[in-house]
Amino acid sequence: MIEPIKPPRRKNPLLRTRLPASPPRPRSRTSHGFTRAAAEGRFMLQRCAACGSFAYPAREACPSCLSVGLVFIDAPRRGMLLAETTARVPSDVYFRERAPWRIGLVKMDCGPSIVAHLHADCVEGAAVRMSLQLDKSGQAVAFAHPEGETPNMADDRQWREMTADPKFRRVLVTNGRNMIGQEAVAALKAAGAKTVFVGVAEPWRPFAGEERLRGQDGIEIVTLDAADEKSAADLAADIGGKVDILVNTTEYVRPGGLLDRRGTSIARDEIDQAYLGFINLAQAFGPAMRMRGADGINSSSAWVNILSVYALANWPAFGAYSASQAACLSLSHCLRAELRPGGVKVMNLFTGPVDTEWFQTVPPPKVAPRAIAQAIVSGLKGGLEEVYVGDVAEEIRQRLAANPKALERELDR
Amino acid sequence: MTNTLRAPYDGVVIAAPVTIPYVRYSIESAQWWIGRALSALVAQAGIKASDIDGLCVSSFTMGTDSGIGLTQHFGLCVRWLDTIPLGGASSIAGLRKAARAVQARDADIVACVAGDTNHVDSFRLTLENFSRFNQDAVYPYGAGGANSSFALIARNYMRTFGVTREDVGRIAVAQRANALRNPHALMKTPLTMEQYLAARPISDPIHLFDCVMPCAGAEAFLVMREETAASLGLPAARLLSTIERHNAFAADPMQVRGGWAMDVDELYAMAGVKPDDLDVVQTYDDYPVITMMQFEDLGFCKKGEGAAFVRQHDLTIDGDFPHNTSGGQLSVGQAGAAGAYLGVVEGLRQVLGTAGPTQVRNASIALASGFGMINYDRGLASGAAIFAGPSR
Repeated sequence: MIEPIKPPRRKNPLLRTRLPASPPRPRSRTSHGFTRAAAEGRFMLQRCAACGSFAYPAREACPSCLSVGLVFIDAPRRGMLLAETTARVPSDVYFRERAPWRIGLVKMDCGPSIVAHLHADCVEGAAVRMSLQLDKSGQAVAFAHPEGETPNMADDRQWREMTADPKFRRVLVTNGRNMIGQEAVAALKAAGAKTVFVGVAEPWRPFAGEERLRGQDGIEIVTLDAADEKSAADLAADIGGKVDILVNTTEYVRPGGLLDRRGTSIARDEIDQAYLGFINLAQAFGPAMRMRGADGINSSSAWVNILSVYALANWPAFGAYSASQAACLSLSHCLRAELRPGGVKVMNLFTGPVDTEWFQTVPPPKVAPRAIAQAIVSGLKGGLEEVYVGDVAEEIRQRLAANPKALERELDR
Repeated sequence: MTNTLRAPYDGVVIAAPVTIPYVRYSIESAQWWIGRALSALVAQAGIKASDIDGLCVSSFTMGTDSGIGLTQHFGLCVRWLDTIPLGGASSIAGLRKAARAVQARDADIVACVAGDTNHVDSFRLTLENFSRFNQDAVYPYGAGGANSSFALIARNYMRTFGVTREDVGRIAVAQRANALRNPHALMKTPLTMEQYLAARPISDPIHLFDCVMPCAGAEAFLVMREETAASLGLPAARLLSTIERHNAFAADPMQVRGGWAMDVDELYAMAGVKPDDLDVVQTYDDYPVITMMQFEDLGFCKKGEGAAFVRQHDLTIDGDFPHNTSGGQLSVGQAGAAGAYLGVVEGLRQVLGTAGPTQVRNASIALASGFGMINYDRGLASGAAIFAGPSR
């Protein structure tokens, strides 16, 4: 039974901010099959293509038949907790600061035994449900949950180390002028965020949906034009130390590719808004977030990008826009590496065309801004790194994995 | 009794038990400790370094060195060389290989040596880099090291067979009594059952006095043929039998028995003795619960009767079941791979009658066992040897 976590008290400025530490990071290359699964919230194990047996830990040949045909596939999550222990004197700084730390050995119904972090409500001898999570070093670990729902489940101390749950955290949504931003504010507030700062450039200029943000409890409009380096730096000087989650809702969509445009002015705008805006935000807010990765209940915990799925495969109808998104995707991997020492996750949401004015001529299905907002919250609660929102994004993901050349040809129409 | 088709160890003897007294921390290297052990071997046996023509080495902290680097380092020209990275099973495995080498005359005098240093950060580094499975799938989970892995095994074993902490504690308490007679033991103060039970938890149900203390030290012995020992005038013990097994009982969901259980009949059949005939027993005691498991798997009692066995026997030097007479790793200290050698070296002193303050009266036949390499969820390597002194 988990006690609900309490809202953090005001910070005592005389006390040292606890610096982040990373749990043990080295893994074998094959073991990153679990990292891939954990990034997307899937539970995968290696299974032998020859004899069908599951194996764990990651191996190079099947321990049942020595076949080398071991493939990571989605696996049944149920198992039994055989034994548990509580490590009270770990030899590593991260766990020493978090001791006592409870782990156990889980016998999976599909065969292998897995050493796992335990949710506090897991009981020895009872069934558990397993997931793969990314820990504070960004590496995959197995996490055992009780089989059913239990009260205040998400408040479990060890579980919160794996997630970026908005509950009691302070969030900066960088652009509140668009629908995605406004829906994100509402969803994060509903998920228990203490404060949502909403960036609005030139806030004296009225905008649609303004009434949803202004004068609402726990929502604070702040002046921010991400494409303006000084604007980002000024805001960070004000609130940089209390941004626990940053949701980059920059949206700059223009149709067209290369040959039907004249010159680089539109492309320059796309780069200014999306790519350089990202850099401005990262340089303004990243360093403080990286410092505050272990700062209690409202430690900094995640950076969220909303990217077009065409960052992964260029869509010529929006070709230059796709390229600006690809640049942002690449930059997100750099940011992920640089925030990693702070234990701060970088979550990328990939979406197909959104149901907004700029995709007016694109036929459905289109993604509702509210669906993106809900995916942000569930991704943060699940501690994910890659989220695909909507049918188009999911289809592109699958087609890219199946045959990137086919996808390239078929996006050209 | 089981029949065995294995060739007997006729004519193979073990001599010159060497211990380089342990220290908690050492600023020296593993090579420094191993060098001292080799030096002591030569001095004790009255031979020249050039008489050693076989070398078998085990260590966790030699860095990039293996046995081959040590030959040049110590000026040894050998015609038989092995490096055995089997942790707590290194001694038995080394002894087996060396025995066959001298028996087949691939070598005449094999120096078996294990030594490790212990810098302030050595133990943590060993934990971090223990094995691939450990790195991938154990260490990132609380970083409790072997304590947490064995805690899971101990908890399951104790629950399955109704074993209490007090049962397990009898082993640790008796060993401390033995250690007080061993001037080289790092633990110098008595341990009562009350103190054992009141110790702070490390990784439940493992408490402080269930754990060994990592330290620096070295242990060594020589393996040769009987006639070589005789020509050198060296007192020596005859090797009667050995067993070795790795990754046994892989289908057991959790470890409740080690590889000994698979080969124990052969161990006694080959030696031509029964468990009752043994005068002294040296088990591998990285955790007392593992010793209890060995009492069962080595045939002193049935599976699940280990707790009753320790209740019914006195495990001290003067008791009816003299066990880990040096104090064992629990009270002497665990000098890395030398911990594997502790039992063989002390058992050897016992049957040679040179154990001094820890000597069991009239000890002539000993068993020493090894256990090692908790690669993932269980100890993989196990072994045991029986040897007899000249009085038998």
